[in-house]
Amino acid sequence: MPILEVKDIHKRFDRSEVLKGISFSLEKGDVLGIIGSSGGGKTTLLRCINFLERADKGTISVNGKVIFDADQHDLTVEQQRENQLNFGLVFQQFNLFPQYTVLENVELAPRLLKRYPDAEIRERSMSLLKRVGLDQKIDRYPCQLSGGQQQRVAIARALAMNPSILCFDEPTSALDPELTGEVLKVIRELAEAKMTMIVVTHEIAFARDLSDKIIFLDHGVIAEEGPAKQVIDNPQKERTKAFLNAIQK
Amino acid sequence: MVQEVMLRLCAGFVKTIELFLLTLAGAIPLGLIVAFGSMSKFKPLKIVVRFIVWIVRGTPLMLQLIVIYYGPGLLFHQNIWGMGTSGRFTAVMVAFIINYSCYFSEIYRGGIESISKGQYEAGQVLGLTRRQVFFKIVLLQVIKRIVPPMGNEIITLVKDTSLARVIAVYELIWAGQTFIKSDGIIWPLFMTGIFYLVFSGILTVLLAKFEKKLSYFN
Ligand SMILES: Nc1ncnc2c1ncn2[C@@H]1O[C@H](COP(=O)(O)OP(=O)(O)OP(=O)(O)O)[C@@H](O)[C@H]1O
Ligand SMILES: [Mg+2]
Repeated sequence: MPILEVKDIHKRFDRSEVLKGISFSLEKGDVLGIIGSSGGGKTTLLRCINFLERADKGTISVNGKVIFDADQHDLTVEQQRENQLNFGLVFQQFNLFPQYTVLENVELAPRLLKRYPDAEIRERSMSLLKRVGLDQKIDRYPCQLSGGQQQRVAIARALAMNPSILCFDEPTSALDPELTGEVLKVIRELAEAKMTMIVVTHEIAFARDLSDKIIFLDHGVIAEEGPAKQVIDNPQKERTKAFLNAIQK
Repeated sequence: MVQEVMLRLCAGFVKTIELFLLTLAGAIPLGLIVAFGSMSKFKPLKIVVRFIVWIVRGTPLMLQLIVIYYGPGLLFHQNIWGMGTSGRFTAVMVAFIINYSCYFSEIYRGGIESISKGQYEAGQVLGLTRRQVFFKIVLLQVIKRIVPPMGNEIITLVKDTSLARVIAVYELIWAGQTFIKSDGIIWPLFMTGIFYLVFSGILTVLLAKFEKKLSYFN
């Protein structure tokens, strides 16, 4: 059974339909890469999956259990929060909490939601920060870190709530080119450790190496999908070819 | 003579401080309620609140004092403020608190609206409740941003307290001025200026300290 099953997601803003029926599934431990031109709906799709937007139509299931159904309106806030915690999201702009140190950023949510005993939270947070290579900077504030370091903290913070599926929305596009490598390395290590992930990115080479499967999202529809190397190296659709040509120039 | 002047000035100054502190104690929380009203998703409430804020900020505090003190008596033929000094003092407090709530509310609103949507969303995807997001993530960032403009308003309030005398509340300047008539001396009035300077000077230092305390993040 796939860990994630997204069925027929539609989303409309005012007049324009931004997602026109998106369906895909993802196996546990796999990485899904999402590519596509600007305005294609990639961010909107991630936001729907993470409950930041409410899809107008469609369902989302995790491990066979429906956690979102656009036709169902009677979910309590509590239930919705619990469902949403199947996912973690790393933002393009990091969105760290500026008044908290690196360690506090990572520990804030588990502490407030009393996910684990305090000692365990500390232990887990430290090991997450070690994993992203920031265990020497736990007392720094976000403003004292480089963009790459901030993004790595954001990854640790998202992992602290132990999501089943971690989503990234262009995690390196707000970074200076020389800082993207350190973030991509962390994501690659997570993939090797069999973390289930959805990665929206413009880094085509990275998407190709990292992903098991790639979706090319264009104007709100999945224009092409398939194994990563096939979609990138040998695209079938004209739209995919045109996009890849344009971006790789 | 000097001693008597100082005693009287101190009595006036106590009243000034009282006006100052009570206004802050009322307007700081009430301003937050007004701010939430002015940001309400419920349109009629938002419009009404913003209209009131506009009127209060667009007319002199002096005028508001007079209207609030004399208005009810003239309209309903009864003095709702009660007799004598304490009645006048209550009316002054009401006028000051309403006036400053409106000023503070605009500062709060500016502060709250300046926080990026990403901060709320980051909290939300971590599973925090709206309340937790506001109190644990947003609030301190808002406080940091509003300290400088609040500081300006608070210093203005120190001086605005002197307006209370238009409805005969015996505050600092009045205390100083009485000596011109009774003894023909003006130095007590200058002395009041020194009181104000010292008081606002102390506040300026305290506010700067507080601002510094929050400078560890941005
Ligand atoms: N809150 C919103 N209100 C109205 N329109 C929106 C909103 N969010 C997104 N859109 C529109 O939906 C479309 C898809 O936007 P989206 O951000 O999902 O694209 P994207 O594929 O992530 O693009 P990019 O590569 O530039 O990040 C765009 O035309 C955008 O203007
Ligand atoms: Mg986007």
